Amino acid sequence: MSDFFQLHPILLGILKGLAVILVIFPIAGVCSLAERKVSAWIQGRPGPNRAIPPWFAWVPVIGPFLQRLGVFHLMADGGKLLFKEDPIPGHVNKFYFMLAPLVGLVPAFTTVVVVPFGAYFDQAGHLIPLVLANVDVGLLAVFAVSSLGVYSLILAGWASNSKYPFLGAVRATSQLVSYELAMTLSVLPVFLWINAPGMSGSLSLARVVDFQSQAGFWGGAWFVFTMPISAFVFLVSLFAETNRQPFDMPESEADLVGGFHTEYGAFKWSLFFVNEYAHMTVGSGVFILLFLGGWNPLPWVSLATLIGWLSHLGAWAAHPLFVGVLSVVIFITKIITMLFVFMWVRWTLPRFRYDQVMKIGWQRLLPLAIANLIVYTVGIALLQK
Amino acid sequence: MAVIPVDRKPLSFAERTYMPQILSGMKITFKHLMAPKVTMEYPEERPAIPAGYRGVPTLVKDPNGREKCVSCQLCEFVCPPKAIRITPGEIPPDAPTRHVEKAPQAFDIDMLRCIYCGLCQEVCPEEAIFLQQQYTMTGYSREEMVNHKDRLYELGGTLPDEHYKWDKKKAAEEHGNAH
Ligand code: SF4
Ligand code: SF4
Repeated sequence: MSDFFQLHPILLGILKGLAVILVIFPIAGVCSLAERKVSAWIQGRPGPNRAIPPWFAWVPVIGPFLQRLGVFHLMADGGKLLFKEDPIPGHVNKFYFMLAPLVGLVPAFTTVVVVPFGAYFDQAGHLIPLVLANVDVGLLAVFAVSSLGVYSLILAGWASNSKYPFLGAVRATSQLVSYELAMTLSVLPVFLWINAPGMSGSLSLARVVDFQSQAGFWGGAWFVFTMPISAFVFLVSLFAETNRQPFDMPESEADLVGGFHTEYGAFKWSLFFVNEYAHMTVGSGVFILLFLGGWNPLPWVSLATLIGWLSHLGAWAAHPLFVGVLSVVIFITKIITMLFVFMWVRWTLPRFRYDQVMKIGWQRLLPLAIANLIVYTVGIALLQK
Repeated sequence: MAVIPVDRKPLSFAERTYMPQILSGMKITFKHLMAPKVTMEYPEERPAIPAGYRGVPTLVKDPNGREKCVSCQLCEFVCPPKAIRITPGEIPPDAPTRHVEKAPQAFDIDMLRCIYCGLCQEVCPEEAIFLQQQYTMTGYSREEMVNHKDRLYELGGTLPDEHYKWDKKKAAEEHGNAH
């Protein structure tokens, strides 16, 4: 909102950065609670509902309600993880052992920089995306940086100096390599489509959303409708890259006792999960931007249309601040829905076997992505001729 | 029995992609998300324990409110992990609960040792010790996990007595045939 707040760009950048971190970190934290609640609900039990700070128990209705909802378990978990004893096994490489969870934080929170999470209109009616760095390499940056997250797992697996973590790390690596290809190939049709010949090309994620908010039937259609195979391949690869069930080979408790985090405990262990959730958040953000229309509320109803409707209620609707907040709220709602889908799938599908994971990656998804790319390349070439 | 060979049908294309199956699975799990909860919320709700359940061993009194245990120490002897420790003692002749000569002065069962085998209940000639429905034995220290005599009686209460062995014995004695 640079033209709105009139602040020094660096100060503004810091403020925006803090705001984003302050949103992502709690989301990642709340996810751990949401995971427990959603798993409980799907399994037909109420889930965590006991923790309550003493003075809260006195609040008549809200206190017990929040207790039943389990919101205090977040604090309880955090407190427990912070204060419980955190032994470091004697046989590990201490420096890298300590470093590994921290390394994971870096890519998890760096990718947010290029993910636009909202938009507003300036005086001239141009759409300005709310993003820390609206760079043209947007998507490439996400892919490049987010895959660095696997270094954390490799480091953890190697530094733990024991077999299960090591196997987990190896699995994480090969899984990442296998699915990164399919993932990248699957999004190419989108960018082929939005970069018409003769224009200056861009991989910016904001451009993709812009493209999905045009008028008309084909303009307003989200890419999930026009490119379902791409969306599917991307989604499956996303599950695999964020190590979510059914692809959580690197940790799989059943055969690897927890994989890369076997030797970890307390806060270091929880950092791995904050990383995983931050990855999921950013990953689903990218998926939403690419295929689910970003901050547009509904397919064929763009943010501008919605603002147009709301303007009938009053002039405040067109205020950049309101538009910005509205777009962010829409975007975060979509992200939360996606995170729910992650958890929902987790309790639906059993974990794959490792060879199946490899097979799906190389023999199914990759050819599918390539075929999809070829079909769309030919189709787009014919359409644009 | 006739053996009916069932041909395994080749999977259709849709089945081989697994997508319809996964989606229907997600539909099922989503229904469970909305379904009423089936969990018993333990400390407030407790399951019905079937009769004959072998929980914590307890001492019981007879319907006259007298101790049944005669501190014969058979249970102490038979207890495989040596969880029972009994100090036998006399009952003063003028005690209102007097019906036999002896009763335990102290009767401790260390629940950290007890394996809930039920041998003490089997061996007791007086039907004084029963493994009852108490299944939540917890404590914060080792000392708390030792059930002393009064605690054992408190847990045990009174069970219906079918024999009234000592009453019959007394009646027989009064009739002049002690054995
Ligand atoms: S149940 Fe078995 S182990 Fe427990 S006190 Fe009785 S005899 Fe000993
Ligand atoms: S409980 Fe039964 S077996 Fe044990 S000392 Fe008493 S009378 Fe004997």
